[in-house]
Amino acid sequence: MPQEATRGLSFVEPPIFERGAPGRSGVSLSDLDVPAVDLDAEFGALARQRPAALPEVSEPEAVRHFVRLSQQNFSIDTQFYPLGSCTMKFNPKVNEWAARLTGFAALHPLTPPSRAQGALEVIVRLQELLAEIVGMDGVSLQPAAGAQGELTGLMMIRAHHRAQGRSPRKVFIPDSAHGTNPASCALNGFEAVAFPAGERGIVEPETLARALETASDDVAGLMITNPNTLGLYESAMPELTRLVHSRGGLVYGDGANMNAVLGRARPGDVGVDVMQFNLHKTFTTPHGGGGPGSGPVAFKSVLEPYQPGPVVRREGSSFTVDADRPASIGRVRSFLGNFGMMVRAYAYIRELGPEGLKAVSDLAVLNANYLAARLAEHFPIAFPDSRALHEYVFTDKDLEQKTGVKTLDVAKRLLDYGFHSPTVYFPLVVRGAMMIEPTETETKQTIDAFVDAMGKIKREAEEDPELVKGAPHTTRLGRLDEARAARKPRLRWSAEPPTDS
Amino acid sequence: MSGAKEVKDDRSYTKDHEWVKRDGDEWLVGITAFAVDQLGDITLVSLDVKVGDSIDAHKGFGTIESVKTLSDLFAPLSGTVTRINDALEDSPELVNDDCWGKGWMVAIKPSKLDAEQSSLLDSVAYAGHVEESSH
Repeated sequence: MPQEATRGLSFVEPPIFERGAPGRSGVSLSDLDVPAVDLDAEFGALARQRPAALPEVSEPEAVRHFVRLSQQNFSIDTQFYPLGSCTMKFNPKVNEWAARLTGFAALHPLTPPSRAQGALEVIVRLQELLAEIVGMDGVSLQPAAGAQGELTGLMMIRAHHRAQGRSPRKVFIPDSAHGTNPASCALNGFEAVAFPAGERGIVEPETLARALETASDDVAGLMITNPNTLGLYESAMPELTRLVHSRGGLVYGDGANMNAVLGRARPGDVGVDVMQFNLHKTFTTPHGGGGPGSGPVAFKSVLEPYQPGPVVRREGSSFTVDADRPASIGRVRSFLGNFGMMVRAYAYIRELGPEGLKAVSDLAVLNANYLAARLAEHFPIAFPDSRALHEYVFTDKDLEQKTGVKTLDVAKRLLDYGFHSPTVYFPLVVRGAMMIEPTETETKQTIDAFVDAMGKIKREAEEDPELVKGAPHTTRLGRLDEARAARKPRLRWSAEPPTDS
Repeated sequence: MSGAKEVKDDRSYTKDHEWVKRDGDEWLVGITAFAVDQLGDITLVSLDVKVGDSIDAHKGFGTIESVKTLSDLFAPLSGTVTRINDALEDSPELVNDDCWGKGWMVAIKPSKLDAEQSSLLDSVAYAGHVEESSH
């Protein structure tokens, strides 16, 4: 078995199927103490004729395999992770302590409500806190991800129109909106109508009015992300929402970027009717592969009857689960949602309190603007005349014209300097976009080190462009052929080496 | 960057960076070198139409996916689809390698040619549009 270390004790780890030996086992089962079942008689042709080709490894082999793979992970616990629009902030460990309390962690989802009052109280309190933070009338914690929250919110909008005997089809989406919005529309049977944000990167009321004009009475709603994916605050929100409401539409607010405005602005106050939170962004529950997501929806009272059921409510001094919801769009997630995430978000909000939440957004905005002010010495900001909030979008336009080095090359070279790359080539309205969101949890030293690395990469691009175009050089694997991986993916392990050239 | 700004005199264009070229009764449709340069390596050409379908000018007839992004393909002319380029299903890289030729996507028999032809750009106008789009 190969045991080559590439760098120090950083291991080359083959698939687990290539470890072990026939007959080796990591567990010892006790002797059979019940009558054996004849599988062929029981299952006939469905009975397996050969044992499954499972890895045959010892316990240390299995443990080392998975621990080594975990060591290859890059995570927010390892280093700066400036993915714009994703809010990759540090997840405080106190959240983990709270979520692992036995009363929460070991609670069976079928426990009767009378014996799960503590857990139900956390759910109700979190619903109330989230509603207050965004100025809405109610919250459902069921959706398990931001995109599912979008879907849920749009289903509620559709149910509202139907209850009034209408079925408008068009949902308007500016091109500065969160990338998942059009898919949520399509899944709901709505027609997504894209329209351009204005010159300053935000939606102008005149542009929206013109777009709405084309749909006459077919306006189901508007989906708008605020702050938008350029990090800009949609300052015309009251006027935009008024225009949509005057045509019978409702406004969906994508809450992906709430981290910029906590305690400073409330979507409910500027006319948003329904929105989702991303607990895994704004409220420090694990993100991406680190844990299940959670995308609660907040709504105005006009949409309350349609929220997913069952609904957890406060009733006097106790907490109930109300399944008698005839107008509800129904269940969108098994049981009551990803409960562990709710405990983490609740712990985070209570740990910080109202002043702490304001400080989160203030520092997130300060960090982004400090980073932008320094990085603008090396790369042009896409909308230099607009002061952004929590994230900035840079472009490779100048660099590419001068050196041929593109955003993708810069992103790959950052890996050599130990940083995760920013979000690249999004939003699409910016050529060669690099969307950078430092979040409030990074120190000045980390941000300085990142900007210095970007500055060095720019100098390298000017002096030795091939160095950057060939990056990364220090990672275990070099530049991958992304096009080939997408065109001819190998999705299954096989003992045979790949045959395609 | 001369490759990305290349245009051909033998065909017409849309502002969405598609080209159309007459081939007998049919008009072939593809995307331009500028579009290919913007997309990067193309990984999937997904056509929502089949032979015999009618399509409307400016409406989407499929999507094109690259390592960077996913874009809609818009019909430059209304008409009936007479052929589609099956080769793209297994070899989307044909669009990167030869967007003006082997990378064509659909052939259309136009139904409103007289009315719609005037909205297309000639190669000079399109070259100007590319110049503007690259700033």
